[in-house]
Amino acid sequence: MAKVTNIVFGGLGGQGVLTASDILADAVARAGFDVKKSELHGMSQRGGSVSSDVRYGPTVLSPMVPVGEADYLVVLEATQVEPNQPVLRPDGILIPPDVIPPDGLKNKKSFNVAMLGALSAFLDIPEATWLDAIHARLAAKLHRLNDEAFALGRKSARARFNLS
Amino acid sequence: MNTERQLLNGDEAVALAALHAGVLLGTGYPGTPSTEILEAFDQLGGRAQWSPNEKVALEVGIGVAFAGGRALVTMKHVGLNVAADPLFTATYTDVDGGLVVVSADDPGMASSQNEQDNRHYARAAAAPMLEPCDSQEAYDYTLLAFEISERWKIPVILRLTTRVCHSKTLVVARADAARPAEPGFRRDVPARVMIPAYAKPAHLRLRAKLAEIAAWNEAEGPNRRVPGSPELGIVSSGIAAMHAMEAAPEASHMVVGMTYPLPIEAIRRFAAGVASLLVVEEGDPVMLEALRAAGIAAEGKPEMYRFGELTVPRVRRILAGDTTPEPVPPRGKPPELCPGCSHRDVFEVLRDMDCIVAGDIGCYTLGVLPPFSAMDTCVCMGASIGVGLGLRHTLPAEQARRVVSVIGDSTFVHSGITGLAEMVYNPPETGHVVLILDNSTTAMTGQQENPSTGRTLNHEPTGKVDFVALGRAMGIQNVVSLEIVGEGEQLPALLNDLLAKPETALVVLRQPCVLAAPKIRFYDKAALEKMNQACAAMPAE
Repeated sequence: MAKVTNIVFGGLGGQGVLTASDILADAVARAGFDVKKSELHGMSQRGGSVSSDVRYGPTVLSPMVPVGEADYLVVLEATQVEPNQPVLRPDGILIPPDVIPPDGLKNKKSFNVAMLGALSAFLDIPEATWLDAIHARLAAKLHRLNDEAFALGRKSARARFNLS
Repeated sequence: MNTERQLLNGDEAVALAALHAGVLLGTGYPGTPSTEILEAFDQLGGRAQWSPNEKVALEVGIGVAFAGGRALVTMKHVGLNVAADPLFTATYTDVDGGLVVVSADDPGMASSQNEQDNRHYARAAAAPMLEPCDSQEAYDYTLLAFEISERWKIPVILRLTTRVCHSKTLVVARADAARPAEPGFRRDVPARVMIPAYAKPAHLRLRAKLAEIAAWNEAEGPNRRVPGSPELGIVSSGIAAMHAMEAAPEASHMVVGMTYPLPIEAIRRFAAGVASLLVVEEGDPVMLEALRAAGIAAEGKPEMYRFGELTVPRVRRILAGDTTPEPVPPRGKPPELCPGCSHRDVFEVLRDMDCIVAGDIGCYTLGVLPPFSAMDTCVCMGASIGVGLGLRHTLPAEQARRVVSVIGDSTFVHSGITGLAEMVYNPPETGHVVLILDNSTTAMTGQQENPSTGRTLNHEPTGKVDFVALGRAMGIQNVVSLEIVGEGEQLPALLNDLLAKPETALVVLRQPCVLAAPKIRFYDKAALEKMNQACAAMPAE
């Protein structure tokens, strides 16, 4: 089977984990891939741990990332690195919350989009496609704030991980 | 119609199909993972209503179908237990409009009290069952379910599971979705009045319908074969099929879309072409037992995989016959009652008074966890009252006097009212105390409306069930209402007083859910503005 890219988001309820994974799934769909995204709603939302899986490629079967097979683990809350770590493959890439410089964001609510910016530095998806997906998901008055957050995350990850 | 590909979760896909199928009314009761279906149907412009419980939702749906309209009835797996009574006889009747019942099962119990496998219901109630494995199939099978329902005048169950409901996958809508006939009354007493004289021939008709549907499923049902190695053939359905195809890409696969009545002969032909046959199914060995009963040699999964969801790694273990203990996933942060939640105040009092608490289903079930540790039983919707009464009848008096039943507003409307009738009719010697934690919303499932909020599914003003008036009318000896903010400090003294009396008591504790409160204020303001505009538009006398 052709290569599927596996991404897992982890965080706590209320941090925008599910919104971030929605935007990623939309962006890769816009880029022409098959995509599946999976998460659990309900009891887990009462302030507990939240995680969301996104898989994309030519054809995706199961919607859940198998343990030990995530290519990228994007974690929005430091305490959630440890419980999510087993999902990452041995040479997979962890994008921790401190990739975003403290005080770098005008509004902390755009932190999830900043983390998407960090992830975007690794993925071969055109920047314009990312921005289309962000704008489709968020209200127009929030676009500029989140465009800036996305750019900050993208730049920070490039510096942190020595990407060109 | 938008026939571009869209990224939808399974619930949204069912809602879109319901719209395209011309469903006249969607009914249901909120329950994870089914809740979003009716919410999405409403947002798409469909007409959707929350019912007090799943039984009533299905009964309304049956009425819609008898009137010639298409009805979609949604619930979680345990909801079908409540709706089982109408379901088991609705299959005997002839429905004119299509009637599709969605059962959203929760293997692994992401947010449920059990992981029952509702495939058993299809066979038990003699209702055809379709099982999609992604959002595209959820869309396609919803349309197909209406076609089958109208062709054979029979209710059809669409069985989803958590991962189908809550996974987003790409969907292309069909431009040619058929539109149903106009509603109208057609009298057909023998097909709709199930007295024994009519039900006996109706049961024969039902079995004849199922035989026809089985033949159709054999010949042209939604079952697909994915060719592969002749060494191993895998039969699967629903989300398990996706895991199986990923875990065993080299094997031959047969994915069964209509799992009741099963396409047994098609599976027999598939089995004949492979050296060994494995059934990969989540939950109970339902297909495996059916295949074996039909004389098809098949293997199933080891017993340890009956429990919880299947995943690709678990299916790999099943293929390898691996029964060694599975790695335990690290525990994340568990859910807890929100900061500022009024349930916290109540459970602190119950804990400090050392009450024996018969609990119920909702956010407040979290009162069982520290720092409250103030819940002693939780079984099913509404059970707090009956279980509390049973404890009262049986425990020594000094323990019985500590028993309190705790139930939320939506759960009370769902299944608590008959419990109150029991309390009035068969009161324990020590009396009993029922607390309704009224937070003005169905909080756990995501803040849906219910008959006690005074707002419809889409938050418009409507009639409202008054708990205090209801309690008084039912003959409960003490009926008290307290606002937790402002009057909450009276609760310990009030409870002490009521627990000491050999009398029946209903205490309504009010405080809107902290998450829902801003929305409730918004809805109230919108309703007030609408009323003012209507008044201003009235002609002066």
